[in-house]
Amino acid sequence: MINFIEFIKQPWPWYVAGPLIGLTIPVLLIIGNRSFGISSSLRHICAACMPSNINYFKYEWKNEIWNLFFVSGILVGAFIAASWLGNGDPISINENLRTELATYGITQIDGLLPEQLFGWHNIFTFKGFIMMVVGGFLIGFGTRYADGCTSGHAIMGISNLQMASFIATCCFMVGGFIMANLILPFILLL
Amino acid sequence: MHAVNPFLRNFKYAFVGLLFGIVFVKAEIISWYRIQEMFRLQSFHMYGVIGSAIAVGMLSIFLIKRFNIKTLKGETIVFVEKKFDKGKIYGGLLFGLGWAITGACPGPLYAQIGIGFTVVIITLLSAIGGAWVYGYFREKLPH
Repeated sequence: MINFIEFIKQPWPWYVAGPLIGLTIPVLLIIGNRSFGISSSLRHICAACMPSNINYFKYEWKNEIWNLFFVSGILVGAFIAASWLGNGDPISINENLRTELATYGITQIDGLLPEQLFGWHNIFTFKGFIMMVVGGFLIGFGTRYADGCTSGHAIMGISNLQMASFIATCCFMVGGFIMANLILPFILLL
Repeated sequence: MHAVNPFLRNFKYAFVGLLFGIVFVKAEIISWYRIQEMFRLQSFHMYGVIGSAIAVGMLSIFLIKRFNIKTLKGETIVFVEKKFDKGKIYGGLLFGLGWAITGACPGPLYAQIGIGFTVVIITLLSAIGGAWVYGYFREKLPH
């Protein structure tokens, strides 16, 4: 039992986490005929709070409310994991990444995100604005334009052998590679 | 049975989400560093997570279709087709840019707030704004 708790408190390897995420697909289908997908929650929030007579937001969002319960659960689960299921060790990262980040002055590496970038103290700096506000906008606009995100396309769509989802996933990866390697270095230097 | 409180009826999804959120944090999938490593080919972790999730998902869907497995209520399981249009390309590229900046796709945004990075509320609100702006311009955008 002690060993099990020790195991839970360490970071979980990919071969534990990946299959558990994959199992979400049959669980959601069997308990309520729901297709795994998360970015649609952004649309439902718009439809519920500010539909503004826009066609895209004219639908019965209340029929999709399961999705908002699901994402609320994610938030609470993350809180539980961070509060009680950690071992307090700083995150270990690739040494090349550590060296590269040091050149941008990011040296405090302990939590899951760099506090030097993602903090309230940064929200009104140009760099903070790009990383949090522009970054968030691209996530919302892009996933709705593509009609899905990593969960709906990369995991659910590809699992269901949808060519459109495979193409969308390739584009997610291309966009990510371009940003991380060609653009982000300049943003981090700001 | 007819008038089940919608809160109770949907509570099971919050529970599945809760377990999902724990996996997100414990496997460090919501970490900005893991996403940077993925896009710099410095770690196999995220490829392993996504790849094995797809493998298990694919097998599950195959079994559901092959044995015509029903929902708990006995309904036939419905699969949504994803139709191709150019939005998958343009939107996909834009989302990829945002994913690498923030280190988050939509699911991890909720989880990053949950672990105490409250400033990510701003990122989430901006993502909701992005979804709204897409809805506003949808008919004018190439698809």
